[in-house]
Amino acid sequence: MSTTAVDVHHEHRERGFLAWALRWITTTNHKEIGTLYLIFALLMFFVGGAMAMVIRLELFQPGLQFVEPHFFNQMTTMHALIMVFGMIMPAFVGFANWMIPMMIGAPDMALPRLNNYSFWLLPFATSLLLLTLFLPGGAPAAGWTMYPPLVLQGGDSFPFMIFAVHLLGVSSILGAINIIVTIMNMRAPGMALLKMPMFVWTWLITAYLLIVALPVLAGGVTMLLTDQFFGTSFFEAAGGGDPVMYQHIFWFFGHPEVYIIILPAFGIISQVIPTFSRKPLFGYASMVYATAAIAFLSMIVWAHHMFTVGMPLGGQLFFMLTTMIIAVPTGVKIFNWTATMWRGSLSFETPMLYALAFLFLFTIGGFSGLMLAIVPADFQYHDSYFVVAHFHYVLVPGAVFGAFAGAYYWLPKWTGVMYDEKLGKLHFWLTAIFVNVTFFPQHFLGLAGMPRRIPDYAAQFTDFNMISSIGAFGLGLAQLIFVWVVVKCALGRGEKATAQVWEGAEGLEWTVPSPAPLHTFDKPPHVE
Amino acid sequence: MKTGFRAWAGILLVTGLAVTAPALGDWQLNMPRGVTTTSREVYDLHMMVLWLCTIIAIGVYAAMVIAIVRFRKSAGAKPAKFTHNTRAEVIWTTIPALILVGLAIPSAETLILMEDARGSELTIKVTGYQWRWHYDYIDDGVRFFSSLDQASNAARRLRSGIDPTTVDNYLLEVDNPVVVPVDTKVRLLITAADVLHAWWVPEFAIKKDAVPGYVNEAWFEATETGTYRGQCAELCGRDHAFMPVVVNVVTQEEYEAWLEERRAEMVTQAF
Repeated sequence: MSTTAVDVHHEHRERGFLAWALRWITTTNHKEIGTLYLIFALLMFFVGGAMAMVIRLELFQPGLQFVEPHFFNQMTTMHALIMVFGMIMPAFVGFANWMIPMMIGAPDMALPRLNNYSFWLLPFATSLLLLTLFLPGGAPAAGWTMYPPLVLQGGDSFPFMIFAVHLLGVSSILGAINIIVTIMNMRAPGMALLKMPMFVWTWLITAYLLIVALPVLAGGVTMLLTDQFFGTSFFEAAGGGDPVMYQHIFWFFGHPEVYIIILPAFGIISQVIPTFSRKPLFGYASMVYATAAIAFLSMIVWAHHMFTVGMPLGGQLFFMLTTMIIAVPTGVKIFNWTATMWRGSLSFETPMLYALAFLFLFTIGGFSGLMLAIVPADFQYHDSYFVVAHFHYVLVPGAVFGAFAGAYYWLPKWTGVMYDEKLGKLHFWLTAIFVNVTFFPQHFLGLAGMPRRIPDYAAQFTDFNMISSIGAFGLGLAQLIFVWVVVKCALGRGEKATAQVWEGAEGLEWTVPSPAPLHTFDKPPHVE
Repeated sequence: MKTGFRAWAGILLVTGLAVTAPALGDWQLNMPRGVTTTSREVYDLHMMVLWLCTIIAIGVYAAMVIAIVRFRKSAGAKPAKFTHNTRAEVIWTTIPALILVGLAIPSAETLILMEDARGSELTIKVTGYQWRWHYDYIDDGVRFFSSLDQASNAARRLRSGIDPTTVDNYLLEVDNPVVVPVDTKVRLLITAADVLHAWWVPEFAIKKDAVPGYVNEAWFEATETGTYRGQCAELCGRDHAFMPVVVNVVTQEEYEAWLEERRAEMVTQAF
């Protein structure tokens, strides 16, 4: 496993702010671009998080104390758009950029300039989206799902939202192409597909899903645009169209989208658990096949988001059955992670803590997902807080904990410094506790009959809303600890990290020094 | 160990009772059993899948906890090297698949029942507006709008100064409720006038989207008289939270009397 000598051109200190800025604007290096994505995602985490704080503040008590209902709807819409497109997806692309080339023994991504362009689309697109908060009429307020006809009542913000979604989509599609080309063409000799680390596999599959799903979203929002400005009536009955057709188009994207979000997290968990169990991943081939099965199934379940639209019975039965089937490969993954731990030798550093919390809490989200699949029961759950609880469990202690696990796991490799383990554990425990205080009561609210996307509620929903809001405030504050952990590492304040970092870690990334030099694997390593 | 077991059994029992208890008002944990022929089936399906998930969760979490406790490096555990166990994998793939089949059959049966509106004795057209409902008893010539009641509407204004807890059925009261006779199969034809809405009454286990330009069908048969409240369940703009649904289920005589009253009102109104 070879590493390169320090590259003189890149490692000498830049002179002046302009040179430094230009370096970061024009970099084509996968590590620097990875860092850009991760920092951007962290920033968006707080922007989207602030919107969540506004939501939970208003929902703390019945009655309206702080914001008008229209602004509240802007907050729920923007919170989701920012978190999905501005936070979690860029975060995992950041991980992909940093780690995939190193994990396959490649010197960089296949298309480095395209890589740079894919990143810089993001700040531009999210600025466009965020500036709508200052337009007359405010930001989009029809939900991140943008259903017509309501979304067409959207005012000035509407075209900005469509354009932003287009740009965000292009960024992801280009990134996906880059990832597929890199993985298929630049693996070191000896690294067969079924020898690749699970993180690489899950990203390969995710990249294909992105290419299937995002163009469909682009088509759908373009149809919204033409309905609004160019006289079409795709989604208006008076002109021969159907609002429900939009929902089909959106969710054909939307369901694979949620697997796009979770598959990289699955990949990270498959790296972390074997390391801290000091034992190889159980059932590697099954894990690959299960991931592929999940990805395939994810493309034929979309209408389970639409069970109340008035679908024919046959359609409802089909989507109920395909949705239930996804539980099988998902269960296989949970069992295989547990079997990896079984008769291992476990230690509980922060990455492992996040991975274990993922196992417990993502499973709760999985169970509520199974419940949602049962159509007659879904008639009660749909558009209630039960759904909000479900997706926050799979997104927050699911995807976000996966990202935290990966961040703590690879921070020493990125920065050359061990993160502060005490602070990491503090961040973990506060986050894990508050995430449950925030979202578990929302199951009860949904079952008791509280609809979603409402700024005010009937008196009987008060107690659990209060608890949920308190949890949310704690959850938000706890994330500041993570910022401090990252800043300390970036400043070099911590114990120096070795190349190996973790006793049980396996893989090519642990054969290069920490911090990883700007250029690694200029000559491909040989893999047995 | 024995004490531990009894404590856990006790906790499970209390939780089980709490969850299966009827609606408790505040702190309500569970879906209501409801008052229609189908709502009870829906509740039973919900409870079945909930218990199933609980049992599986107990098993899976037990395995995780045992692994975390028994195989700690700090307790001296040495790692094994196995990477497969084909038999285990086959078992934990086929058993969940079989469980799902067992779950799918009653679910499909209930769904088929709920989608069958034949034999309805009364039809009401329901139209969602921004931000109120309109009801049209198409065979009886009675129609009216149903809007959030005055007391709630005043209290819900931003910084109204009115404490919502002083308003009866805050956000769940209307000026003109729907009235239907008990033990009667009622068919709803649901549509919208502007944007998407959804008509939801938890105690009937009915939720159906109101799609402008299209008509959706739902039915219920209430077996108990009483007043049942629900809300719009599809984001429809600014006042989505403020267009509730109220249904009074009354005796046949009371229903006919109400119908007469409304007809008389409509004749004297320029409706």
